[in-house]
Amino acid sequence: MLLRHTPKEITERSALMINPAKTCQPIGAMYASLGIHGCLPHSHGSQGCCAYHRSALTRHYKEPVSASTSSFTEGSSVFGGQANMLQAIENIFAVYNPEIIACHTTCLSETIGDDLKQIRKKAITEGKIPEGKFMISASTPSYVGSHVTGFSNMVKSMVGLAEPTGKKNGKVNIIPGWVEPADMEEIRRITNMIGVKTIMFPDTSGVLNGPLSGEFKMYPDGGVTVAELQSTGDSIGTLALGEWCSADAARELDVKHKVPCQILDMPFGLKATDRFIDALRIIAGVTVPDELSMERGQLVDMISDMHQYVYHKKVALVGDPDQVIAMTEFLVSIDMCPIHIVTGTPGKAFERRIKEITKDMPFPCNVRAKGDMFLLHQWIKNDPVDLLIGNTYCKYISRDEDIPLVRWGFPILDRQGHQYFPTVGYKGALRLLEKILGVIQDRKDRDDTESKFELVL
Amino acid sequence: MAISTLKKIVPDDPAHIKAELLAKYPSKVARKRSKQIMINEAMENTTPEISANVRTTPGIITMRGCSYAGCKGVIMGPTRDVVNLVHGPIGCSFYAWLTRRNQTNAGTDGVNYMNYCFSTDMQDSDIIFGGEKKLEAAIQEAYDLFHPRSIAIFATCPVGLIGDDIHTVAKRMKEKFGDCNVFAFSCEGYKGVSQSAGHHIANNQIFRHIVGENDEVKPGKYKINLLGEYNIGGDGFEIDRIFKKCGITNISTFSGNSTYDQFASCHTADLNAVMCHRSINYVADMLETKYGIPWVKVNFIGAEATAKSLRKIAAYFGEKELIDQVEAVIAEEMPDVEKAIADVKPRTQGKTAMMFLGGSRAHHYQELFKEMGMRIIAAGYEFAHRDDYEGRKVIPDLKVDADSRNIEEIEVFRDEAKFKARKTPEEMKALEDSGYKFKEYDGMAPDMEKDTLIIDDLNQYEAEKLVEMMKPDLFCGGIKEKYSIQKLGVPMKQLHSYDSGGPYAGFKGAINFYYEIDRLVNSRVWSYMKAPWQDNPQLSATYGWE
Repeated sequence: MLLRHTPKEITERSALMINPAKTCQPIGAMYASLGIHGCLPHSHGSQGCCAYHRSALTRHYKEPVSASTSSFTEGSSVFGGQANMLQAIENIFAVYNPEIIACHTTCLSETIGDDLKQIRKKAITEGKIPEGKFMISASTPSYVGSHVTGFSNMVKSMVGLAEPTGKKNGKVNIIPGWVEPADMEEIRRITNMIGVKTIMFPDTSGVLNGPLSGEFKMYPDGGVTVAELQSTGDSIGTLALGEWCSADAARELDVKHKVPCQILDMPFGLKATDRFIDALRIIAGVTVPDELSMERGQLVDMISDMHQYVYHKKVALVGDPDQVIAMTEFLVSIDMCPIHIVTGTPGKAFERRIKEITKDMPFPCNVRAKGDMFLLHQWIKNDPVDLLIGNTYCKYISRDEDIPLVRWGFPILDRQGHQYFPTVGYKGALRLLEKILGVIQDRKDRDDTESKFELVL
Repeated sequence: MAISTLKKIVPDDPAHIKAELLAKYPSKVARKRSKQIMINEAMENTTPEISANVRTTPGIITMRGCSYAGCKGVIMGPTRDVVNLVHGPIGCSFYAWLTRRNQTNAGTDGVNYMNYCFSTDMQDSDIIFGGEKKLEAAIQEAYDLFHPRSIAIFATCPVGLIGDDIHTVAKRMKEKFGDCNVFAFSCEGYKGVSQSAGHHIANNQIFRHIVGENDEVKPGKYKINLLGEYNIGGDGFEIDRIFKKCGITNISTFSGNSTYDQFASCHTADLNAVMCHRSINYVADMLETKYGIPWVKVNFIGAEATAKSLRKIAAYFGEKELIDQVEAVIAEEMPDVEKAIADVKPRTQGKTAMMFLGGSRAHHYQELFKEMGMRIIAAGYEFAHRDDYEGRKVIPDLKVDADSRNIEEIEVFRDEAKFKARKTPEEMKALEDSGYKFKEYDGMAPDMEKDTLIIDDLNQYEAEKLVEMMKPDLFCGGIKEKYSIQKLGVPMKQLHSYDSGGPYAGFKGAINFYYEIDRLVNSRVWSYMKAPWQDNPQLSATYGWE
């Protein structure tokens, strides 16, 4: 047994987190920054933070992740990191020449109180940021929130670049939240189909799912441009996908530049995608094309065709709040029963939302924000499930308890596809359903006796 | 298969390459990097000085990590029966969770916490009001849940800054429990200039808190410790297989597939065999001073190197039974190795490789490449010190700077009760007179060809330039470098994590490695960089279907 010391009996823990379902803010900020074209993410802290975040993102995407660090030493930790940061800015523009540096803090620089906004001002005064180049910064203390918070904080910093001209650009801002590059691509495909002009930020498609062509582009072709970010204040509205990931940036644009916003769930599954497309249609004042209704119909068709295999199957689900809320709704909508639900990110609103979505389920639902996978595992030991959905770390539970696993979320370190195949939209939901059915039916084929083994399922 | 997509920009003139690497830097950075890029002159029996173990310039995309990574991730990570509790915000513990491919074997009923990730998950209130209470509660909860033999506490950056006294908390809890050794590491990420500081902090605390605790005499003959072997991809399993076959008893490996008790008993061994010189040579020195165990440098990476190291261990004990058995094992293992070399060499002979990693690996792996007829044209370490490049002879001349001064050096004295000279001075002298070398390591530079490049703390920009200019057939490094190099159309082998391969140590590991490198440098994929229409983009006439 891999997790052989996990007892079935649950004891409340007040201080010890075991097998977390979250990580720290800066990695979220780094991921978001990579969704800006020509951007070098910069980690203001000691080298290890940057090395760890780059490694984790690289293992998840199998793609280069370039990011620099202020390389704090004991001296800078005592005297402040301003000198390191100023030196870094100079070196970055000289050696790596990005369009923009997106700098985030760490628990180290936050604890000593470094003020990146002030350092940026000093860099501008000293001429260290060349003409036409940019620097944005986000405060991302690791001891607050989670990687999701860091992502949100960096996205919020992006809208700080907005420079409204007073003339509307006829576009809709789409803030997709922490989804995969393939999901961002799919959102763009959908908005193009509907005929809505958009500015999507961040946008990691074409950045973290790049080609192998014999050329290393430190700044790949993808990403939202600085010019587009500057134009977000002129957009006719903002659709923010996910309260945790995207709402802060949308509200900032609303408050500062009067760009109205709507906060939606991430478009995972049938109903959330319905709402997303309906919102797009209304904002743009267009009719939804038949092709999209066709895709929706195909999804409904597969749900009805395969309903018997998912009906009242119990599921344990772990991941980030926005994703898990939408996934819970999808599972419930196809009559599955997500009975154990954990996110590592804090937020009572998460538990309320999940309770609301699962209230008519035939089984009670365990839900915990700021929980961990140790607790999830204990819940599973007490009330077993038919399916587990979560990141790669779930495979230790999956193997020990012999439960089929669908890998979904961050990080996925041992399987491929998340970079290339979306799970948002109707097409994405079809893929999710295919994956869920695949593991459930594989399990049936494995466990059925020879006399019960069937050709047609 | 040749790599078709890259063209050599300049001829292989090392001075020119060095100048190109430095050309883009601001002058201050260029001056500093210049001292860390050395054109090797090893053939002339003297080694030029290289600057190493110095700070990375802020803003430069380094391969290096931090002190915490070296302490928790590298040294303590592979010990399976210690609960490694990270005191800090969640990230540090999360990133070091199962990411280093340390293998372990606890059997079906043994203790194994390596698949778990423990953290105090510090919140802003802990940063403001102090985290000691939370730490104490977390230690209690870990003890109540698991009743481990030991709980180790790791400090992350904010812990040092807010002044949590983790050592006092640990001491208090140790006394309270009575049957659980609780101790702590002040391995905040900002200490030192790289992981190397963390190795040192970790080893010091193992030495101080565990080593020497168990005097029980373990069964077996020819007892050694293997220092600086981390069982990545099962390397340690293969080395232990060979030891067992030879009749050598491995009391303790620091720290691959290790247990608490192995550390506690290591002073009962009679020889320390040091693999990774960088991460652990000082432990070997301390064990010698305190307990009288001599040490030798070994290397089990490479079949020839493995044979040589086994002979070195056998010669130390000097008993015919062991010497004969070692020879018998080598004779039994080598035919398969030779068969594999004969198979792959026609496809690997003359190919070139670069290696930038670690503190010893970039040297050790040169053996394997040489066995396959491959040449190392550039190499360097990520976190080594000058002695790892130039040999231990430079140790007395090493400058202690502000960063290294902060890393504790333990002063060790002879333990009068437990010290035992393993050999008489006469026996030691006789061995040395016969050419046997204790405590000796000549470093990487003498083993590299003249005019090759030795580069310390290589960064992403230099790596890319180097590959473009020197066009190697293979590049070796870590996960962060993996895909930027491969985008250039050059295969990249991770020699920290081995990608998902291994073992590469010992005889069987060597065979694995030959075939792995053969696979990489001869893969068909590197010929697919361009589509047919990209290779030949201009059409001379319009195609007419009609």
